[in-house]
Amino acid sequence: MAAEGMSCAACQEVDDEQRYAQLDDILTQYQGVQGALIPVLQMAQAIFGYLPDAALRRISTALGKSYSEVAGVVGFYSFFTTVPRGRHLIRVCLGTACYVRGGKNVLAALRSALRVEVGETTPDQMFSLDVGRCFGACGLAPVIMVDDDVHERVRPGQLMGILDKYRGGGATEQDAAQSEPMREEE
Amino acid sequence: MIHLTINDTPVTVPAGTTILHAAQKVGVRIPTLCYVERLQAIGACRVCVVEIEGMINLAASCSMPVAEGMRVRTNTRRVRQARRMVVEMLLSEHDGDCQTCDRREDCELQALSAELGIRSISFTGQKTGKRIDVSTPGLMRDHGKCIKCRRCVSVCAEIQHVGALWAQGRGFDTAIGPAFNRDLSTVACVQCGQCAAVCPVGAITEQSYIDRVWDAIDDPDKHVVVQTAPAIRAALGECFGYPPGTLVTGKMTAALRRLGFDAVFDTNFTADVTIVEESTELLARLRTALVDKQPVALPMFTSCSPGWILFAEYFHPQILPNLSTCKSPQQMFGALAKTYYAQKLGVTPEQIFVASVMPCTAKKFECQRPEMCASGTRDVDAVLTTRELGKMIRAAGIDFDALPDEEMDAPLGLSSGAADIFANTGGVMEAALRTAYEVVTGRPLPMDNLHVTPVAGLAGVKEAAVTIDQALPDWSFLNGVEVRVAVAHGLNNAHQLVEAVLAGEKQYHFVEVMTCPGGCIGGGGQPRFTDDNVRKARIAAIYREDEGKTLRKSHENPALKTLYEEFLGQPLGERSHHLLHTTYEARSPV
Ligand code: SF4
Ligand code: SF4
Ligand code: SF4
Repeated sequence: MAAEGMSCAACQEVDDEQRYAQLDDILTQYQGVQGALIPVLQMAQAIFGYLPDAALRRISTALGKSYSEVAGVVGFYSFFTTVPRGRHLIRVCLGTACYVRGGKNVLAALRSALRVEVGETTPDQMFSLDVGRCFGACGLAPVIMVDDDVHERVRPGQLMGILDKYRGGGATEQDAAQSEPMREEE
Repeated sequence: MIHLTINDTPVTVPAGTTILHAAQKVGVRIPTLCYVERLQAIGACRVCVVEIEGMINLAASCSMPVAEGMRVRTNTRRVRQARRMVVEMLLSEHDGDCQTCDRREDCELQALSAELGIRSISFTGQKTGKRIDVSTPGLMRDHGKCIKCRRCVSVCAEIQHVGALWAQGRGFDTAIGPAFNRDLSTVACVQCGQCAAVCPVGAITEQSYIDRVWDAIDDPDKHVVVQTAPAIRAALGECFGYPPGTLVTGKMTAALRRLGFDAVFDTNFTADVTIVEESTELLARLRTALVDKQPVALPMFTSCSPGWILFAEYFHPQILPNLSTCKSPQQMFGALAKTYYAQKLGVTPEQIFVASVMPCTAKKFECQRPEMCASGTRDVDAVLTTRELGKMIRAAGIDFDALPDEEMDAPLGLSSGAADIFANTGGVMEAALRTAYEVVTGRPLPMDNLHVTPVAGLAGVKEAAVTIDQALPDWSFLNGVEVRVAVAHGLNNAHQLVEAVLAGEKQYHFVEVMTCPGGCIGGGGQPRFTDDNVRKARIAAIYREDEGKTLRKSHENPALKTLYEEFLGQPLGERSHHLLHTTYEARSPV
């Protein structure tokens, strides 16, 4: 059901309309409030999953902050992103332990399996690929995280199996739990 | 009062004074880089560090206030080394080309390196990537030369209330520029050039049209005329070592002739025309409001400053009906040069090339606005800044000092003192009142030496009022009316004023806005560096120029009278409507 929703252009438009309506509500609340920019950006990112340019422009106008200032703040904090994220975020640990124990090879395998570079998202919006610095599981290196799940002692050969678990209707419980609230709102 | 010592010299200053200013009082020079008068000191560059007894870290003297009993040292080994390290670091990242750089003559980074005696750089860092942005008609940005001092960010946000430039990204990759490091044309920028005026290096400067002007001069088929804005004559001398506030009108005229212009004219002439058109427009609006009782946009705002026009179009589109429809004197000049003057000469508009010398980068934007083709072709072909004219004179091998004083050519070179003061904040207002009051009452403006002193000077927003009595029969509806006027310079001041007017907190009939602090004399194209002392000196020079003329009122300019008799007919008439007035368009700021 969710997968259908994601691929249907008409539904996407309806979703977007609702998201922008939500953003406008927030902007009305925060108009004239000091120090509103960062919290508003965080809420916008929660709504859209990333910060689309049109949302940034709307925020700039509503809060009376120049577009360059808004962009500057977005670029300063690493938790803001202006690129759409896929449904699942894969992060490969490149901390020292993971790196020396094969993290690099895992990353290379993921790049070629998904045909994306670090920071990019697959065309079907399913996966985004990123790297991380130590998830605190060095004893289990190399480690990758998919959303909030930690996968330990990963070998390149296992990757297809792991990815398949997240593809299509075969989402993990974790994933279902995560997207549930969003679906209710929709 | 606070007592402290600087290098063992006792000094007493008011509380809140910074160490930097306390040091100036006792003749101790502390080098600075990011610090600029009038802007919030951010202590970002750490060039101005000093040692304070009892403090572990060196302190940035531009932002550190004095304290009782403080003992400051500005010239210890540790201080010298720290300053050198900062500047060497900047130099190691700097992607420069000193021999050909626009700033080779007045670069603050070079001067600082010389002042600190730096002969070698102990770092071999990565260079800031070179990236040139020529996306707007007014400005050129060279990212590789930016030393991230953020002066431009402060001036654009605090003084101009625009915020086109901001720190983008983080860490070593931080770049100062428009949103997402895109080109300047992708954000709302009013082209004022105040960023270029404060930039210490060659990272922001004007787009140069020097070559285009040389090409025209060398083209035998072109009749090349030049107009100079009133603010140039009080600043051009600085390019040749004269102190700020030296009037060089005569030498400037002589230099322009020697550069090869076919006629040397004056934007002052069309400043006089502007006053006649604009005061007629103001009086017409007042008549509509007071006699016809029809709704009409008041207060009327002046429209000579193209940065202000862009600002209103971007940020206050609801007041566009309040802007005077008069074109700026530069554009009126272009339109008249290619029609009235072309006819006299018996040539087509296309055969005339109009070059302007302006204190302003926004004028480069203005002349390429699509509607500025009233003559059937581009009315103004190329705009040079004061700085560019200085460079041309130098390149032509003209010994400026040795030049005689010469007079401008007739007819577009004749002007009144009212036109000169267009250069100063408050000047357009004063010039307009000189004419409007006399039109209405038949008597000269009843003020000391015709000066509207309350609207002169560097206060951000200024107000004045004139009560009309014994008006001529035509204007009897104005009897007893207190005409209230206001003047703002620097767009943040203008913004506050507009907000107050829109909120109904302030009521005026007429408001003058100039984009740059101090007015055109402080424009983004003037010789660097412009601080308040320089502004005051140039302002005083302009008032001297006005007072030195017998002709002090725009409507008395004989060449202007001839222009109306021979060509235009009436102010606000059919022809002036077509040639001298314009329209505005709302623009989206995002
Ligand atoms: S900005 Fe200054 S240091 Fe840099 S290239 Fe230009 S003149 Fe040289
Ligand atoms: S030209 Fe004026 S508005 Fe544009 S970036 Fe520079 S200071 Fe800001
Ligand atoms: S562009 Fe100039 S003023 Fe702006 S941060 Fe860079 S060096 Fe400083």
